[in-house]
Amino acid sequence: MTTPRLLVQTAPFLRQGVTTPRLMGDVHLALIPVVLASVWYFGVSSLLVIVAATLGAIGIEWLWGRPGPDGGSPLRDGSAALTGVILGLTLPPGLPLWMAFLGGAVGIGLGKLVWGGLGQNLFNPALVGRAFLQASFPIAITTWSPPAGLWSVRPTNFAWPFMQAPAGPDVITTATPLNLMKFAHQATPVADLLRGNIAGSLGETSAIAVILAGLYLTLRRTFDWRIPASVVITVAVFSGILFALAPERYPSPLFMIFSGGLLFGAVFMATDPVTSPLAPRGAWIFGFGIGALVVLIRVWGGLPEGVMYAILLMNAVSPLIERVSQQRAFGHGRKTA
Amino acid sequence: MKGLLPPSFRHGVHPHGHKEDTENLPIQRMPFVERYVLPLSQHTGAPVVPVVRVGERVRRGQLVGEPGGFVSMSLHSPVTGRVEVIGPRPHPNGKLVEAIVIVADPYATQRLEAGPPVDPRSLSDADFIAHVQKAGLVGMGGAAFPTHVKYKLPEGKRIRRLVVNGAECEPYLTTDHRTMLERPDAVVRGAAIVAERLGVEETVIGVELNKPDAIRALEGALNGTPNMRVVPLRVKYPQGAEKMLIHAIYGEEVPSGKLPLDVETLVNNVATMVGLADYFDRGRPMIERALTVAGPGVESPGNLMVPIGTPVRAVLEHCGGLGEDTREVVMGGPMMGSPLASLDVPVLKGTSGLIALTDQEIRRTHEYSCIKCGRCVEACPQFLNPSRLQRLSRAGRFDELERFFVMDCVECGSCSFACPSGIPIVQLIRVAKSAIREGKRKGKVAS
Repeated sequence: MTTPRLLVQTAPFLRQGVTTPRLMGDVHLALIPVVLASVWYFGVSSLLVIVAATLGAIGIEWLWGRPGPDGGSPLRDGSAALTGVILGLTLPPGLPLWMAFLGGAVGIGLGKLVWGGLGQNLFNPALVGRAFLQASFPIAITTWSPPAGLWSVRPTNFAWPFMQAPAGPDVITTATPLNLMKFAHQATPVADLLRGNIAGSLGETSAIAVILAGLYLTLRRTFDWRIPASVVITVAVFSGILFALAPERYPSPLFMIFSGGLLFGAVFMATDPVTSPLAPRGAWIFGFGIGALVVLIRVWGGLPEGVMYAILLMNAVSPLIERVSQQRAFGHGRKTA
Repeated sequence: MKGLLPPSFRHGVHPHGHKEDTENLPIQRMPFVERYVLPLSQHTGAPVVPVVRVGERVRRGQLVGEPGGFVSMSLHSPVTGRVEVIGPRPHPNGKLVEAIVIVADPYATQRLEAGPPVDPRSLSDADFIAHVQKAGLVGMGGAAFPTHVKYKLPEGKRIRRLVVNGAECEPYLTTDHRTMLERPDAVVRGAAIVAERLGVEETVIGVELNKPDAIRALEGALNGTPNMRVVPLRVKYPQGAEKMLIHAIYGEEVPSGKLPLDVETLVNNVATMVGLADYFDRGRPMIERALTVAGPGVESPGNLMVPIGTPVRAVLEHCGGLGEDTREVVMGGPMMGSPLASLDVPVLKGTSGLIALTDQEIRRTHEYSCIKCGRCVEACPQFLNPSRLQRLSRAGRFDELERFFVMDCVECGSCSFACPSGIPIVQLIRVAKSAIREGKRKGKVAS
């Protein structure tokens, strides 16, 4: 018998076969219906904004990203592109492309690379990018243009960096359902929120597309379903209590759940494994915190929407949650004979 | 949900079993080969002391080595022949280890001259333990801990429950499965001997549900034996780990750093029970064992009864040899077994299988950064946080690791198996554990 060249590795010799790029790929797949819905309602503008944000994210990772533990390219795992697409989907359709690009670059740069790359960051990189844009360009990022069909392109997309006002007088703007609720106390029908033919960020308007994505990721066991479940349950219960107490003053729980970026944030951003607690118990606490903060900000805060800050705040306390929700090691304490 | 599902421990993983290749193949006797290598150290404990000289003729079953201490056992010749050499030979652990090399006599009948049967009931406790030691028995699940040591109870301790381990949770391995199927009476007989000697209140044979025929065979053999039952278990790895098995059956946790003995429980492998029955009823010492030869790298997989000391190469050749694409030959199961660097090493008393794997199974993937997905946490049967442990180990922060219970790791490898980033988690934990142990040892010497 000839002896093949044998490797000497150490046990275990088998692997499950689920890889990090596959997990990232699953999320990319789940984003397809969301991207399609946004293109359907917001047209070519939507695609341009998403691509610009993604190029910004990939570009900076390619320039300065650290190679993986085995020396491979940092782009190999697909996480930078994911950050870019998710960031793009949180932006308004009329945003100048250079801003989207900058947001992607800052999100990866400040949100991930300076922390040490994939797995090291405290805050969700896409939200860091968005928070940066919100702080830097408060007008542009709250200039909502209504859905205008598949072939629509918004002229503001092509504004020159720092040279041109992002919103000229000829731009049609409108209010989002959350704006209408906050400032005019006017509720948008839930059916419209589900379909998505409303104003808002690109990916957040069609609740149905986001729910589909969430179901897919749950079935594929790609993410921890406890996080979105706990966010939605908390919002439902909290806003349900308020609504029951004073239905004329507070929005209905259905409106709270299906409007704005709540579902999108719960499915695509709160579930980022790097910035959420590891232990299952921690996931429930984390989701509860996000849900409670969203209701607080939306109902009593100065802003119409609070998903971004709610997630960023909970990102900050995620290591603490992980510490307190640490599971008891086997054979330590309770239930021993 | 707990009440609806068959019992199991918490967490764990579900590797593909790959048992269908060999589970229906009866245990076949491996023909005698030219030369046998019996390492003096093939178990946990003190090496065996040879009692034969070079050139001496030995009979099959004859004592060739005496126990080198209490945690050690007798060694017998697997073959009639002549002692060729006593000296260092390659061991499956990769080192050179003192061994007795016996050349088989091609003209001998190889009939086993068995000793007289012994009635275990007629023995004192000390004599019973001495007999088990004389039988040369070790735990046959893989760790190869001398069996009689487990029967020697410290003062004031007692054993209330005997758990017979028929979980066989390692992929590819079906030797325990075949043993339970082919020799259920011997399993029950061996268990009955231990149960009676130790005065246990109940005996439980734990078998995973993927072996329904073995469960039926054992139930048939039990045939209403009092205080003895079969418990079918949900299929999950590492169910065969002692602490996990006790947790699965009784829902109790063996306290950290303690033994099953501390929860008044004893765990023995099914094959060990057969060995015990064969010794007391038929006078046969441990000179051979059943093992599974399987994996995609093996031409014709099967279950074999192999004399201890048979070279791995001969066993594999008997199974048609290795395919060109074989990349790894594992002694034991693919989750916890050891890799062989050479095929010119012998089968040991603890060798439960020889598994030949190709690139497709070992899936050497790129390594990515830890994304804290938590899959290792949900896999760890000791409820540790492997993600954190690997990070601290890589950073060399060994002092911190102990606070996170790194020494409780049973090294089952579920974390590495589950990790999507291809991080060698359990491997990094092993490094940390040995560094910590080394540090302690040095500290002791210094003080």
